[in-house]
Amino acid sequence: MNPTLHAILVFLQTWWVELTSGVVIVAVVPLVAGYVVLVERKLMADMQARLGPMRVGPHGLLQPIADAVKLLIKEDIIPDEADRLIFWLAPVISMTAALTSMGAIAFGPSFQVARDINIGILFVLGVSSLGFLGIILGGWASNSHYSIMGALRSTAQLVSYETAGGLAIIAGLLLSGTLSISGIVAAQEKYHVWFIFLAPVAAFIYLVASIAETNRAPFDLPEAESELVAGYMTEYSGFRWALYFLGEYANMIVVGSIATTLFLGGWLRPFPNVHWLNWLDFLPALIIALIGVYSIYRAGKQPVMVQTGFMWAVALACFAVALIFAMPWFVGTLKFVIPGLNGAFWFLLKVSAYIYVFMWLRFTLPRYRFDQLMHLGWYILIPLAIVNVFAVGVAMLLESNGVNRWLALILTTLVTLVFAILLVRWHDRRTESASTASLAPDSYAG
Amino acid sequence: MQDDALQDNSTLLGADELILNMGPQHPSTHGVLRVKLKLDGERVRGTECVIGYLHRGVEKIAENRTYQQVAPYVDRMDYVAAISNGLGYCEAVEKLLNVEAPPRARVIRTILTELQRIASHLVWLGTHALDIGALTPLFYCMREREEILKIFEKYCGARLTTHAFRIGGLQYEAYDGFEKEVERFCLDFERRIQEYVDLLTGNSIWIGRTRNVGVLNAADCIALGASGPILRAAGVKWDLRKAQPYAAYDQYKFEIPVGTNGDTYDRYMVRIEEMRQSRLICLQAIEKIPEGAIMGKVGKVIKPPAGEVYHSIEAPKGILGYYIVSDASTQPYRVRIRPPSFINLQALDKMVRGHLVADVVAIIGTLDIVLGEVDR
Amino acid sequence: MADESKPPQESPKPENSGTAPAPPVAKTPVAPASPPTAKPVPPAPKPPAPVQVPLDNELTRRYRAKFGPAILDALEDRKQPYLVIAAAQLKDIALYSRDDEKFDLLEDFTAVDWPRREKRFDLIAILYSFSHNSRLRLKVGVAENERPASLVEVWPAANWLEREIFDMFGIEFSGHPDLKRILLPDGWQGYPLRKDYDILLQDSSWVRENLGIDSGQ
Repeated sequence: MNPTLHAILVFLQTWWVELTSGVVIVAVVPLVAGYVVLVERKLMADMQARLGPMRVGPHGLLQPIADAVKLLIKEDIIPDEADRLIFWLAPVISMTAALTSMGAIAFGPSFQVARDINIGILFVLGVSSLGFLGIILGGWASNSHYSIMGALRSTAQLVSYETAGGLAIIAGLLLSGTLSISGIVAAQEKYHVWFIFLAPVAAFIYLVASIAETNRAPFDLPEAESELVAGYMTEYSGFRWALYFLGEYANMIVVGSIATTLFLGGWLRPFPNVHWLNWLDFLPALIIALIGVYSIYRAGKQPVMVQTGFMWAVALACFAVALIFAMPWFVGTLKFVIPGLNGAFWFLLKVSAYIYVFMWLRFTLPRYRFDQLMHLGWYILIPLAIVNVFAVGVAMLLESNGVNRWLALILTTLVTLVFAILLVRWHDRRTESASTASLAPDSYAG
Repeated sequence: MQDDALQDNSTLLGADELILNMGPQHPSTHGVLRVKLKLDGERVRGTECVIGYLHRGVEKIAENRTYQQVAPYVDRMDYVAAISNGLGYCEAVEKLLNVEAPPRARVIRTILTELQRIASHLVWLGTHALDIGALTPLFYCMREREEILKIFEKYCGARLTTHAFRIGGLQYEAYDGFEKEVERFCLDFERRIQEYVDLLTGNSIWIGRTRNVGVLNAADCIALGASGPILRAAGVKWDLRKAQPYAAYDQYKFEIPVGTNGDTYDRYMVRIEEMRQSRLICLQAIEKIPEGAIMGKVGKVIKPPAGEVYHSIEAPKGILGYYIVSDASTQPYRVRIRPPSFINLQALDKMVRGHLVADVVAIIGTLDIVLGEVDR
Repeated sequence: MADESKPPQESPKPENSGTAPAPPVAKTPVAPASPPTAKPVPPAPKPPAPVQVPLDNELTRRYRAKFGPAILDALEDRKQPYLVIAAAQLKDIALYSRDDEKFDLLEDFTAVDWPRREKRFDLIAILYSFSHNSRLRLKVGVAENERPASLVEVWPAANWLEREIFDMFGIEFSGHPDLKRILLPDGWQGYPLRKDYDILLQDSSWVRENLGIDSGQ
């Protein structure tokens, strides 16, 4: 056989999983991210007493497709003096970083996207941080004063909160003892409880840090419209902008996955080791079947035949999926699929809940001003995260010396909380006495 | 006075200052307003407002129209609160004619004006919150305002530029069910105000964005002529509806909300409380609307005796005054409109000094300006 | 509210009822106020009483005591007092009004154009006192090229108000920090609120110069 062909075949044989998963990620994740955008718009509308996209497709379900088509057929505008190569490269870097970091995430016990790396969390964090490069390059390549200012501000914010988030993750890693994703979830199974209950302060810090890291409200000043500087995305239009945008939403999914893995038990069902709750294993199929039943109930209330038909279609789809979830229980040969399938369901449910909290906060809270944002990150979150790492470390030390794990962790959490309260109150008193009308030079000036 | 900062180029580090231009097209300037900011890094050293993009020459037009024909023009100044503008103008001409609107007309005018005050403050609250980043209050406010506009539409056929009042009284009788609908709105509104308060008032991000931002103390307010909620937030307990009552305001009991610091947060609290008080006025008014005529003794041709009159009312934005000079003909000789937003906008320079660029948007929002009124 | 200030349109009524046809046979709409029995002819309408009355109260006496001849007249029109003052003393009177008479709010500052008068413009300052809850108008007669003193140092609110008067009437204020047009574009020729301002001519010329097209007026 031709040696080159042979080499290629061997290569494919060794790496076919990773290659397919790469293709799958690039094909599926942008679509999913597009639908996350639709979910956000519908949720926003619901919280604002309106309906959201309704025109394109039934209840606006084809809206992301329409948006993608529109963005693809837009004129490609590049600013005059812009560096063309970097201008092209920047959104690509941003998107690539977000998609690549998805490769190490695992949805289920043997359900890794690409491969279960032994440094899984580190890989995800590191690669998703490469996305910051895309932001700076994008701002610089636009050759606009306001773009570079916005890019620098955005990057400053991301770096600061990445530090705090990283320190919070360390607390979780201390509890699990390993960096690999499946190892962390296995540790939570071993402890019989999600890490959010063992290290709540770390989970909260990571929540705040991840909101800031993905440039979501209340930390979205660099990309807010009413801000004078429209941010690094100003000069990008059409599909280039779409790449940035999808990269941001893919980042949200990544960050949600990290939080779920570390703090929410990954693919474990609630109470994974409590045997009398084993009936919870039927919940995925049951929940989806119930959604199908609700769809049938609503089908009767639709005013128009088309909508009734649509509701029936949704119900049938739900029942089909529920059947897929339920079938392995009845077909013996498929029983090996159960942990993976159910695990994927729980994982996706938790990631969705996390992203729901993101969206909820966006629609409720006003925006932080940039200096308040940086003040929060550096003066409050990072000291708190450092103290929290110490606290969890001390708890682990106490545990290895015989103290009950729960007692140790509760004590150290209380200490951290007291520190947090004192820190916040001290800062409040400091900002009250400082006058805002001072003309001192601002270190965040562009 | 305000140009001194713009002339002085020296900064702490000796660098040149940056002039940043906001508008006239800008999502947060609430109309066509151009603000030139002189920045030292991120701090604002001074501003210069360029206005006049919406100047339509109402005062000149009014000299070529009869008194009744001027009335629709004044709606279009502060188009967010058209009924207040109409009230001020009609009362000013009635003063010129020495005619009083009958009691029934005065009470219905009061109800509509107070509903309009609530609607104007709802627009202000929604857009101000949106500028600061809270996306949701806008839609809640618009939902409430929709109810008020439905009442206006049933009363006079228009939602925005209503031309609801006539010189001497009203043209339209209150429709069947007017009292019921106003009452239903007012009873429901308290719960809604609580929604906005829950979302914003105790929120530490909101407080951080509005406390000590754009402070204007009482002396500066009076010196600069700023009136309305700006003056009250600075601590001056003064409201033209109580000081020199017009329409039917002397019959109703209401409080004047006052702030302490004169910052953006106080102005927010004052306007929220004003909405509550307007609601109370409406509830008191609809309990007893007197029967009788709705139009006073005014002929078809309005020819006031020569002379002049100045009449001002407490519009939602501040003191709205009309100075009308008559030369005993059917057309006014001079109509001067004292626009609250024009005079309040002068205070922007003083309020913005020393703040960050991100605060400028919040401060422009808290002034509650409508460019139609600033430019006329 | 007083009967003697009724507008003059009330007066034609007595003549109307006098000429209405008396016989009930006529189908023409008869003024219902004329019954067959002869009504006494109402007296001829008296000329409307002048609305401006001279004012002589404590306030005006204090002003006259302080400024004497500068207070040209003190009148009350429809219960609103105003003082006609000389332009030369405008700033002193303004300072006195703010500091001693406690008129701390400059509610409005505007002008009216009476082209046939020698002193063409009337500057009107409307003052309000919070402590006394009263208003006062100051009327200043200003000739065409006269430059009255600016009131910006007395009431900072006068800044934009004087710029608007300059923009609309062309009255320049001496001592104003930044007197330039405020509502109209910078290069506008003419002062619109003057009575001899030809709108159509100005509009067409500005449009032709700046936009390069013919105004459609």
